[in-house]
Amino acid sequence: MSHELDGDRAFLDSIIKVADEIARPHADSVDRDARFPSESLAALRAERALSAGIGSELGGGGVSLSAIARACFELGRRCGSTAMVFAMHHIQVATISRHAADSPWLEQYLAAVAADQRLVASVTTELGTGGDMGRSIAPLTTAGDGTSCTFEKQAPVISYGAQADDLFVTLRRSPDAEQNDQVVAVVQNGQFTLEQTGTWDPLGMRGTCSPGFVVRGQIVPEQALSAPFAQIMAESMHPITHILWSHLWLGIATDAFDRARAFVRAATKGKSDDAPPPVAVRLSHLMSELSLLRAAVDSGLAEFVEASAQPGREQLLTMTSTLRFNNLKIATSEQAPRVCQGAMGVCGIMGFKNDSPFSVGRHLRDTMSASLMIANERIHQTNASLLLIAKDV
Amino acid sequence: MTDEIRQLIKDFGRLPVDVDTLASNADLYQAGMSSHASVNLMLAIEDHFDVEFPDRMLTRGVFESVDAIAAALAELGIKVPV
Ligand SMILES: Cc1cc2nc3c(=O)[nH]c(=O)nc-3n(C[C@H](O)[C@H](O)[C@H](O)COP(=O)(O)OP(=O)(O)OC[C@H]3O[C@@H](n4cnc5c(N)ncnc54)[C@H](O)[C@@H]3O)c2cc1C
Repeated sequence: MSHELDGDRAFLDSIIKVADEIARPHADSVDRDARFPSESLAALRAERALSAGIGSELGGGGVSLSAIARACFELGRRCGSTAMVFAMHHIQVATISRHAADSPWLEQYLAAVAADQRLVASVTTELGTGGDMGRSIAPLTTAGDGTSCTFEKQAPVISYGAQADDLFVTLRRSPDAEQNDQVVAVVQNGQFTLEQTGTWDPLGMRGTCSPGFVVRGQIVPEQALSAPFAQIMAESMHPITHILWSHLWLGIATDAFDRARAFVRAATKGKSDDAPPPVAVRLSHLMSELSLLRAAVDSGLAEFVEASAQPGREQLLTMTSTLRFNNLKIATSEQAPRVCQGAMGVCGIMGFKNDSPFSVGRHLRDTMSASLMIANERIHQTNASLLLIAKDV
Repeated sequence: MTDEIRQLIKDFGRLPVDVDTLASNADLYQAGMSSHASVNLMLAIEDHFDVEFPDRMLTRGVFESVDAIAAALAELGIKVPV
């Protein structure tokens, strides 16, 4: 146990160092130019952070998911885009790790991620189904002799598609399968081509470099995870996505709060009034909002860690659990931009200006992506349905 | 033997295929049942058999086939008529 905690601690120290020394100083140019945070990613690779969550027997760092989540938070405090790239990569890697047992191909793949610090992008959103993770249109087509499979997927958004080594792709199981009969496959560099179909000049999360692509690939059947897709979603992809995303949104909101605090401190320096100024009181209100966000993020992680430790991970398969992590997503994606906007309210014009030390424009813009990364209305629709039958929410 | 369950699936599962052509262990989701349709089906089963599935039983697996539904009902003490 303490060995594991030591590993987590050393990993987090290395992440904080990269965040402070590399991610922070480049954050503004990454945002301004909508460019990939290549300096941060190079530094993370040098720290072997892309395989931190992979077991040590496969050459990874063997750190806990809690430590990965904490790393998303720390990176989010310095550069939202770096944190999002890091989070998405780890969602994919953690999902593969949790379902790779009995698959020599996948275990070998994870060892390769560790050895080469390969970066994995996610191809879930599809033209026609949007952010509905539970349906796919593009099928995996198996060749006559069963030894190879091909696919072509119209993907309207792939973050760092052009920079990634490998892809994690959701597909319809076969050409005659229903849309909700899905598989997820790992597709390696050299096995796919990307034809870019759009541009990337968005409001926020600009460094994720997420234009549209047509993805064409050819794989062997072993590259598709063999566990049922619904189980992979319920046990791993769905909760881990929302846990890691919410941690980085909390990181961005925390930095916005810290900037507001620094502003208030600077504004009150040298004054000898007998009560704190109104702006300081406003900061206190903002702290309440930030604590709500932090509480939601912390409890989501704690529940997941506990449920994951249970034999068979049965709790994670229940509808109550789906509701639980959907709510984590909805609550934190709405609360994070609220905190950033509150910080702007505290800092006033100094927060609004992009070139002031108290600027929180990037924070506000980055966190505004949260409610549309898998649209909250879509999630509410699912919840509305589950609430009809769930008993104890 | 599980006609009542099949009838409920027919009425609420919104399957694109004829339920009678499915084996009793066939995966209803793979046959095209959406998650909202599965919720409607669960509600209909609760109503029809006058039971309440506790949260721990509200998983996809419990409702994935005629057999699985019959087993879930049996767990709640309901013998599905033969
Ligand atoms: C920064 C960023 C990075 C991303 N990176 C990736 C990536 O790497 N890989 C990837 O696959 N995807 C990625 N996405 C896509 C993202 O996760 C969503 O799936 C995508 O943005 C959904 O597109 P959409 O807004 O057209 O949503 P849709 O889900 O198609 O929804 C469109 C609109 O309809 C509404 N709506 C949808 N369903 C319902 C409903 N049932 N009830 C009521 N209203 C509804 C929504 O609120 C929304 O306004 C990224 C998105 C962002 C912002």
